[in-house]
Amino acid sequence: MPDYEPNSVLSNTSYKVLGTRPVRHDGVEKVTGHARYGADVSMPDLLYGKLLRSPHAHARIKRIDASKALALAGVKAVATSADLFEVSDRASDVEPGEIRNFGILSANCLARGKALYKGHAVAAVAATSPHAAEEALAAIEVEYEPLPAVFTAEEALADGAPVLHERLATLDSPMGPGGMLDDGDDAVPTNVARHFIHELGDPDAGFAEADVIVERRYRTEAVHQGYIEPHSATVYWDKDKITVWTSTQGHFGIREQLAKIVGVPVSKIKVIPMEIGGGFGGKTIVYVEPVAAVLSRKTGQPVKVTMSRTEVFFGTGPTSGTDITVKIGATNAGRITAASADMVYEGGAFPGSPLASGARCIFAAYDVANLRVDARDVVVNKQKVAAYRAPGAPAAAFAAEQAVDELARALNMDPLELRLANAAQEGTRQVTGPKFGAIGCVETLEAAKEHAHYAAPVGGGEPVPKGKRRGRGVANGFWGNTGGPSACVASVNQDGTVSLIEGSPDIGGSRAAIAMQLAEVLGLRAEDVRPTVVDTDSIGFTSQTGGSSVAYKTGWAAYEAARDVKRQMIERAALVWGASPDDVEYDAGTLRHKSDPELKTTFAEIAARQMKTGGPIVGKAATSMMRPGGAYSAHIADVEVDLETGKVDVLRYTVAQDAGKAIHPSYVESQMQGGAVAGIGWALSEEYYYDEAGLLQNPTFLDYRMPTSLDVPMIDTVIVEKPHDGHPFAVRGTGEVPLVPPMAAVANAVYDATGVRMTSLPMSPAKVLEALWENEGTNKKA
Amino acid sequence: MPEAWIPTQLQPLTGGVRRVSASGGTVGEVVAELERRFPGIEARLVQEGDVMPGMSVVVDGDQTQLGLLQPVEESSEVHFIPAVGGG
Repeated sequence: MPDYEPNSVLSNTSYKVLGTRPVRHDGVEKVTGHARYGADVSMPDLLYGKLLRSPHAHARIKRIDASKALALAGVKAVATSADLFEVSDRASDVEPGEIRNFGILSANCLARGKALYKGHAVAAVAATSPHAAEEALAAIEVEYEPLPAVFTAEEALADGAPVLHERLATLDSPMGPGGMLDDGDDAVPTNVARHFIHELGDPDAGFAEADVIVERRYRTEAVHQGYIEPHSATVYWDKDKITVWTSTQGHFGIREQLAKIVGVPVSKIKVIPMEIGGGFGGKTIVYVEPVAAVLSRKTGQPVKVTMSRTEVFFGTGPTSGTDITVKIGATNAGRITAASADMVYEGGAFPGSPLASGARCIFAAYDVANLRVDARDVVVNKQKVAAYRAPGAPAAAFAAEQAVDELARALNMDPLELRLANAAQEGTRQVTGPKFGAIGCVETLEAAKEHAHYAAPVGGGEPVPKGKRRGRGVANGFWGNTGGPSACVASVNQDGTVSLIEGSPDIGGSRAAIAMQLAEVLGLRAEDVRPTVVDTDSIGFTSQTGGSSVAYKTGWAAYEAARDVKRQMIERAALVWGASPDDVEYDAGTLRHKSDPELKTTFAEIAARQMKTGGPIVGKAATSMMRPGGAYSAHIADVEVDLETGKVDVLRYTVAQDAGKAIHPSYVESQMQGGAVAGIGWALSEEYYYDEAGLLQNPTFLDYRMPTSLDVPMIDTVIVEKPHDGHPFAVRGTGEVPLVPPMAAVANAVYDATGVRMTSLPMSPAKVLEALWENEGTNKKA
Repeated sequence: MPEAWIPTQLQPLTGGVRRVSASGGTVGEVVAELERRFPGIEARLVQEGDVMPGMSVVVDGDQTQLGLLQPVEESSEVHFIPAVGGG
């Protein structure tokens, strides 16, 4: 039993509803199996779609002959990229404000001219059964011209390297999604999609001022989000109307992407969001929706495409593999004078690595006047990368937080003390230029330092088993969070409850978090609000559930919708009492006349009388909030390293994280714990493992090793509530930042245990053993 | 006068100057002033009357959806940074 309070909340504010832990509104449906996910969709005349994938990592597609497939019983249609709308992939054709290149998205759904990775979809079949569709795939003849391929950024950057896209544009800015050159632009073919530099102050002068400088190169491999539910979409293209049932983090985004790729207006498309079995960033872009759409258009029947787990690994986007060199200098007193990073991120087969956010985050936990980041996005013959929790930041932290650990050791300072002495604060200028507002970096580090874990001996003081060593590591992480447009409608029911309609798919308990914010304003119980996520025809545009944005942006929309309801409630009470609305006050679900104590009523009573006092009471709000508060997460990891096998076990793990205000502490803790566990997997066992020909060797959960509950200890949490002044309830996003520090925290613990600095992920037993042998200066393999 | 922070990749257009005081009551007016003094810079910041794809405008630490229409004050800092999505 712990000798301290586990899972604590360091709160400065209290509310009636916020900060409590009601049962989630969607819990019963989910645990009883009644919730309907993407693959649960069924309807008359449904056809089943399957995708044919390239066996080559890089090949020109010279011919596709589907005649034999089409002759098979049950086969209704075959589609290729020729069936998609030919949307431009030029960088200059991307519309203002857009962060995606739809031409590239289209070419990733169905290869256009060239297959760019093993698993790239080249054709699709619709048939009356999944088995008929699978048989038909084998009957499609594709003539390929195999081409030389590149599998790492280092290979792709080498002189004379094979080029994936002859017309790839190299952007010199972090802005925009990237793309191909304009016609007539005869730039030299390259695999560099982007190369930009951020610079602040005078890094050369800062390094000259330093007494100690550390510099090291770090590498990470692509890892998958590992969501439980594979992608599944059903599409019915009925004359000029398209209906889509899909599992997604953002159905408005899917509507827009599909519209561009099949060439119809968004108004002709309705997207119905099904329940989602995890996304973590991986369900923000289309993969199967355009394919199902064109197969439906060809057949006049609804078509469902559901990926297998192996297809998810082969055909969807992991995060980037990276190659980062970090250099940090400090005075003997422990003041960091300068830092620089050379960051190379693999985008996979197309431009689009999360380089901009990695560059923004890499030094964001520190107040350093002199910074330089040189960043390159490089295409390679692997899956096109996709977003994964705090995209770009975890790999950056793996490098930077180990460098800070190395610096602390060189200076003989406590690693948390060094971080506190240089912590970013309100007014600290970021490498991108703007200053931070109110942030909780210091408070989060202090919470970690004051936690009982940090004072306890590693391993609880138990004797260290023979042949093993124990160590402790810490790391800090930052994620900026995002906002965006959102809408809510709150309809008051005559029984005193509220039906809340929203457009944010719920991937982490957000129904509860949004309903609680509405309930707080109205003085209701969370259980009195019934939240529903509805389709694109039934609510105003709502940006995707991503970027840790929903509790912030949709919470704010719910707050405003509740205020709208409150205003109408006051007007109804005033009407009944023959008073002015200015004379009525609303407090915790009770309405009172300000000067006549006899006049008093309740939310429930006004709700019951609403049809006789003017009709339905409906509050609504549409907002576009773009001032999210960034969040910090400081982690402490204790590990035990087996010197004979190289296996690393995590003994104890604590997360201290700034949440602004934890609306539902249990769900915030779940995010912190989930992020830490995902990070432990990334640290120790997860990677996309390819053979020399670029074939992914571990496309199942048997071989792609994610941690289970047996692999990790209970993750302890401390919620730090440093208020965010840009939200009515001070909310900060919490879902992504806990994935930023774990790999560095574990690596620092391995160093503490063994004296070996692990510079590449995953820290698998083989890799740790190799590093131990190298450190000993002996080659025991010989 | 509002101060515009010039992104590193555009500093060749300003002769290496990182920060430029530029008059204007909105971001659009600040950009127009920059263009008058550093021809070609507007084309790197503006496309079809709006900020470039994937770009965010940050005024005094706050990202704005208003883009070029965002009002600025005499003491404002104006930054052009990449729009960042999330997971």
